[in-house]
Amino acid sequence: MSDLQALYQELIIDHSKHPVGFGLAEGAAAESHQLNPTCGDEVTLQLHAHDGVIDRITWEGHGCAISQSSASLLAQLVREQPDLSVDDLTVRIDAFREVMRSRGTLEADEELLGDAAVLSPVSKYTARVKCAMLAWVAAEHALAQVR
Amino acid sequence: MSTVTPTLAAPFTDAEVARFRADFPILGETVNGHPLVYLDTGATSQRPLSVLDAERDFVLRRNAAVHRGAHTLAALATDEFEAARERVARFVGVDDNEIVWTSNATEALNTIAYAIGNASVGRGAPASARFALGPGDEILVTELEHHANLIPWQELAARTGATLRYVPIDDDGALRVDLLGELVTERTRVVAFAHVSNVLGTIAPVEAFVAAAHAVGALVVLDACQSVPHLPVDLRALDVDFAAFSAHKMLGPTGLGVLYGRAELLDALPPFLTGGSMITTVTMEASEYLPSPQRFEAGTQKVSQAVAFAAAIDYLDAAGMDRVAAHEHELGARLVAGLAEIDGVRLLGPTSGVERVGVASVDVPGIHAHDLGQFLDDRGIAVRVGHHCAQPLHRRLGTVASTRASSYLYTTEAEVDAFLAAVPDAIRFFGGLR
Repeated sequence: MSDLQALYQELIIDHSKHPVGFGLAEGAAAESHQLNPTCGDEVTLQLHAHDGVIDRITWEGHGCAISQSSASLLAQLVREQPDLSVDDLTVRIDAFREVMRSRGTLEADEELLGDAAVLSPVSKYTARVKCAMLAWVAAEHALAQVR
Repeated sequence: MSTVTPTLAAPFTDAEVARFRADFPILGETVNGHPLVYLDTGATSQRPLSVLDAERDFVLRRNAAVHRGAHTLAALATDEFEAARERVARFVGVDDNEIVWTSNATEALNTIAYAIGNASVGRGAPASARFALGPGDEILVTELEHHANLIPWQELAARTGATLRYVPIDDDGALRVDLLGELVTERTRVVAFAHVSNVLGTIAPVEAFVAAAHAVGALVVLDACQSVPHLPVDLRALDVDFAAFSAHKMLGPTGLGVLYGRAELLDALPPFLTGGSMITTVTMEASEYLPSPQRFEAGTQKVSQAVAFAAAIDYLDAAGMDRVAAHEHELGARLVAGLAEIDGVRLLGPTSGVERVGVASVDVPGIHAHDLGQFLDDRGIAVRVGHHCAQPLHRRLGTVASTRASSYLYTTEAEVDAFLAAVPDAIRFFGGLR
């Protein structure tokens, strides 16, 4: 597998074309809009929660395959790991960020981050780390509002 | 509609381009296992050895602060610094006291905007009173401007109460020159526009803008960042009042820009940046300023960079700007024709009726510019992706970002072809179009 194929794995292309959690919904506990001014990528992310438990993530946005698949993979993570607490999701966001900042030295833990681990190779491309982080930063801002 | 007189100059032969390339060691680099294909000159050009040698020789033998100090090196450095100014002036057909060094073209445009702003609050009166703006006055720009030739005017309008208006573009990205007659009125005081669009590569009809502006006594500000490096440009013949361009886009160093202004205008404008080396008399209460260009050159100057820039201009003159233009015209036509053959690729900007330099920006629906750029980079092809500091232009054309290939005298047909071959491969790689 070439570096490029490792970066754009089929799962990433699939998520960018058929995103999970796409479309904003009523009744969100918190919302955050994040913009990457260098490329214009945008994500508006909603956190649905009750009693400190995250129910689901919905979002809308546009941008590159990395930023869009990353938002989708985050929404899927919350769907596949029910009853995450605010702290649980924070741990996952921090873990994801650590991998992204690792310049190719860390692989994400699939137990913790699910399919989002497929984004690990992005960390080798420092110009693209912001793309992958966009939705996760939005989630972090939304979490701060429900904490 | 073009402002460029068609020339009979011949494009460079393959052998000539090969000789240029030998002067640019970076063009022999390998990127991601492929020979570098550098198609990002629109962002910054590469530099030949002669430019680096000139700067190195100056720094190693004659370096000193200019316009101060009386020792031998200070005199030599000042001479060389001023000779560089003269070299630039000659290159664009103006006098040396009409060339102001700035840090970049953005600072050059801000210098005009802030000087007019200072005149608007009475600084430099009575000589500067003719520049003062206020409510009811209008500044006219265009919808395709680089942010550097838009935001300074937005800010000037906000500070003075003047109104900012713009010449729109049509669905194809062509300037609505037909609207100049109604947009330029007795209220218009400044008309600022790009000579060549940094995204579309299209050449604006300078004569039409200048005629409309001067008919009502408005000042003309030309963003020449993408024209002076690529076309023979005579600013005096174009009859613009101010112009800005940048050394690093024309084989020179970063950190150096040029502001051109007609001498009588520069001498009547109050300064923007103030401080050392731009004054005659300073008391604790007030200061008096030198005439231009020193009036606009506060603080330590970019001396070795200016020396290097003069060497860059020597290089371009030796190549011949008419031939540079002819070479890029051919490459631009090859890009446009090649892109038209690729299904699903949308070339931004009009394809007929307007002259272009060797630049093409594309939008591939379903594939974001950053993903396309990443694919190209994997093959060693360097292009610019994003909004290229022209968000309003992209918004008007219905996209957020595009992928731009831009050429120069060292660009080969084979490089253009490598780009053209990679685009359909990228479309296949990303699973076809949405």
